[in-house]
Amino acid sequence: MLATFGSIDWIVLTAAGATILWVNWYFFAAERAPALAVTQSSGGLHEVTVVVQGGYTPSTIRVKAGLPVRLLFDRQETSSCSEEVVFADFGTRTYLPAHEITAVTITPATPGTYEFTCGMSMLRGKLIAE
Amino acid sequence: MSTANITPSRPAAPPPSAEKVLIPVSGMTCAACQSRVQRTLNNTPGVVNASVNLMMGNATISYDASAVTPDALVERIRSTGYEAEMPRTDRTAFEEQAARDAATAAEFRELRNKALASGVAGILAMLLSMPLMSVMNAEHHGPVADPFMRWAMEHMTPALRAAAPWLYAIPAAVLSWGLLLATLGVMAWAGRHFYTRAWAAFRHHAADMNTLVAVGTGAAFLYSVIATVAPDFFVRNGVMPDVYYEAVIIIIALILTGNAFEARAKRETSTALRALANLQPKTARVLRDDVEQDVAVDSVQAADVVLVRPGERVPVDGEIVSGESAVDESMLTGESLPVRKRVGDRVIGGTINRTGAFRFRATTLGEQSTLAQIVKLMRDAQGSRAPIQRLADRISAIFVPVVVSIAVAAFAVWFVAVHANGGSLGEAAVRAFAAAVAVLIIACPCAMGLAVPTAVMVSTGKGAELGVLIKGGEALQRAGDITTVVLDKTGTVTEGRPTVTDIVIAPTGEFIGDAGRDELLSLIASVETMSEHPLADAIVRHARERELAVVSPDAFESHTGRGATGVVRGRAVAVGNATLMLDYAVDSAPLGQAVTRLADEGKTAMFVAIDGALAAVIAVADPIRATSRAAIQQLQALGLDVVMLTGDNQRTAAAVAREAGITRVVAEVLPAGKVAEIARLQAGGRVVAMVGDGVNDAPALAKADIGIAMGSGTDIAVEAADIALMRGDLAGVVDAIRLSHRTMRTMKQNLFWAFAYNVIGIPVAAGVLFPIFGLLLSPILASAAMAFSSVSVVMNSLRLRRFRAAKA
Repeated sequence: MLATFGSIDWIVLTAAGATILWVNWYFFAAERAPALAVTQSSGGLHEVTVVVQGGYTPSTIRVKAGLPVRLLFDRQETSSCSEEVVFADFGTRTYLPAHEITAVTITPATPGTYEFTCGMSMLRGKLIAE
Repeated sequence: MSTANITPSRPAAPPPSAEKVLIPVSGMTCAACQSRVQRTLNNTPGVVNASVNLMMGNATISYDASAVTPDALVERIRSTGYEAEMPRTDRTAFEEQAARDAATAAEFRELRNKALASGVAGILAMLLSMPLMSVMNAEHHGPVADPFMRWAMEHMTPALRAAAPWLYAIPAAVLSWGLLLATLGVMAWAGRHFYTRAWAAFRHHAADMNTLVAVGTGAAFLYSVIATVAPDFFVRNGVMPDVYYEAVIIIIALILTGNAFEARAKRETSTALRALANLQPKTARVLRDDVEQDVAVDSVQAADVVLVRPGERVPVDGEIVSGESAVDESMLTGESLPVRKRVGDRVIGGTINRTGAFRFRATTLGEQSTLAQIVKLMRDAQGSRAPIQRLADRISAIFVPVVVSIAVAAFAVWFVAVHANGGSLGEAAVRAFAAAVAVLIIACPCAMGLAVPTAVMVSTGKGAELGVLIKGGEALQRAGDITTVVLDKTGTVTEGRPTVTDIVIAPTGEFIGDAGRDELLSLIASVETMSEHPLADAIVRHARERELAVVSPDAFESHTGRGATGVVRGRAVAVGNATLMLDYAVDSAPLGQAVTRLADEGKTAMFVAIDGALAAVIAVADPIRATSRAAIQQLQALGLDVVMLTGDNQRTAAAVAREAGITRVVAEVLPAGKVAEIARLQAGGRVVAMVGDGVNDAPALAKADIGIAMGSGTDIAVEAADIALMRGDLAGVVDAIRLSHRTMRTMKQNLFWAFAYNVIGIPVAAGVLFPIFGLLLSPILASAAMAFSSVSVVMNSLRLRRFRAAKA
């Protein structure tokens, strides 16, 4: 039955295996863009603009714990996937109108990593309080 | 580049009116961009100092508010070629809802138009594909991989050949190239966002529904293009140069159709919220300088006197200063009967005045108004997450890469299996390809993402319609697990307001008959006007409601712990307990039995003596609410334990419990004791809901698994409460718990459907049923299934709108 199992089959199998490995590496393990550390304070408030377009740029933000941080979400698309941003640990869900900038102010009281996601948890970003 | 650019034309120190603003700037990629924006700003008249930060992507500007506005500064930045916009932080709940509605409506229109156009294109493409497939079949005798197209071809070809023979005369190359251009057009216009969004997500190492559609249709398109451009390459390798153009177009059309339905159904989920937001009238008729004038509602000031005629909506919250009416508050409280309103009563903005005209003094306005708070609360609640969603979230996060992996694996397995079983390389490639594309297209992460949030939206909206404000998905979910309902007595089971319940006239006295009774009540009430005892207030109110004369007594004396005495219209009045009667040498024995009986009923009874002779016994009690008994019965019918907590004495508590149908009573508890009692129940494994007025029992509400505040319709912002009832009625507790049960059922159905759909659909698309049943899934049918799956989840959530309140 495997009489015709030839080199082409090996090539297909190897290529498929490599593709699967690459897909999983790229989406789960690959190095993301470096974290943006927010240090500058304007008027006592840390502030950073996050571009929302198919994801969050920057997607990792470092802030000081205990200080309020104002995240300005600049949503540059109409895709309904990104119409909300959720900080589950802070219980906030904010609607981001398309092509507008919406401010979300949160205060990470204790050091730790706080995730923010889109309304359906498919786009992800991290706020690291130190 | 320095940031402090103070030119001689401007004052050396910031003017007193200097303001500071932070404007986000996007599009800057280098230090040159930064300095260009900064220079432009610093050269703007009115700007004191501007500093642009490249990393943060923003500009901090001090400016003279009398010379330049923030909007003008935004324009200045834009003139440099970069994008800037003022952040919106002050969006009200109403504005946010409006913005959102507009966006959803626009999204729906766009999707609908694109779906229609690509649907028409899909049908045309299918017709053009028929002769093309016939040619291929005749020339190459290869398999048609898509079972749907094979079926369509077998059934449609004879009719089409008869109806349009000229179609079959067109050369295959012309058909192929025509379809290629048509497909490219549909992909670039109607399907464009699938590709741009998939790419944007890809750059962020993320993948979503768009990724699946883009990869699936993109692969089918590329395959077809190669078959069109270099058919010989395929033929040489024994592969039929089959094209999938019609499949690409139809898949895009079907997914767009699904998305359009989804957008529309999602809009329906917030109908209740929209209806609430629309209750707010735009104008109010206020009295200013003794002139009636219509003004915008935003410009109404606190303490303005507002006029309302019959049939009009009350524009803002306030307190009636003159006139009276019946007001329909059903839209906010769920109370179906109009509520009588008199001078001193509170009216709520958004309710409808029915019968009379009145004037009222505006109290809470704008964001503080009851309606705005309800809308905000609902918005927050509708956006909150239910814990049950966590599983769906975890799966969503890994879903797309896993599906892509499965598609690749399906390709490899099919290829090897077909080839190893003696199929030609071409046959192997075609089958493998169809399976991989079907897997990518059938997988639907959206149904999982929509399963819980849509149910939360519809359910909280439905609750608001019934006067039950559920503050979030978590509260909604926990309310479904409640096993024990603890009720505070005063103000929850009872009205919370002492009322005269009985007057027993002494059989020998002068006050027999209605006239005598009224005369007696008038005398008692007049004395009690001076008393500060809470029960005195009930007697005075009772007399006033019956429109009896209530005058200031000529003399008054309060006897602590015993009662009060006074002189009214020349008659000596004594109201109090047996000791007071003894003090005045009045024989209270004839009515002693009546007092004992009333006390057993949980009432506070007092003797009344006029001119030294026993005249009557008057009893005051806090009566139970008319709806309490029925509601408690319904709670018990739901299988819940009902416990009543009160600080009152055992006898009163037992009497109220008996009347309300409650078997478990904990009496004489201090406020701290309430918390301890709830903790005790929880320690016994109970999931406890505490129902109270939210003022005195806030700690108990917070301690309970679910705190339910029974408001008077105005105190909706009770912090400790997970659920706020707009109506002083225990029926709301029943509605909240039933709604929670119903919602949890819907969520579970949705999640089950979304999981089952993918768990079954993906393997079927991959072809696991082929070895047994010879069943293969067409990518076209896969796209129809996907479109249907997310719509069906939203439709199931919308069924919650049919929830009805329990009949009292």
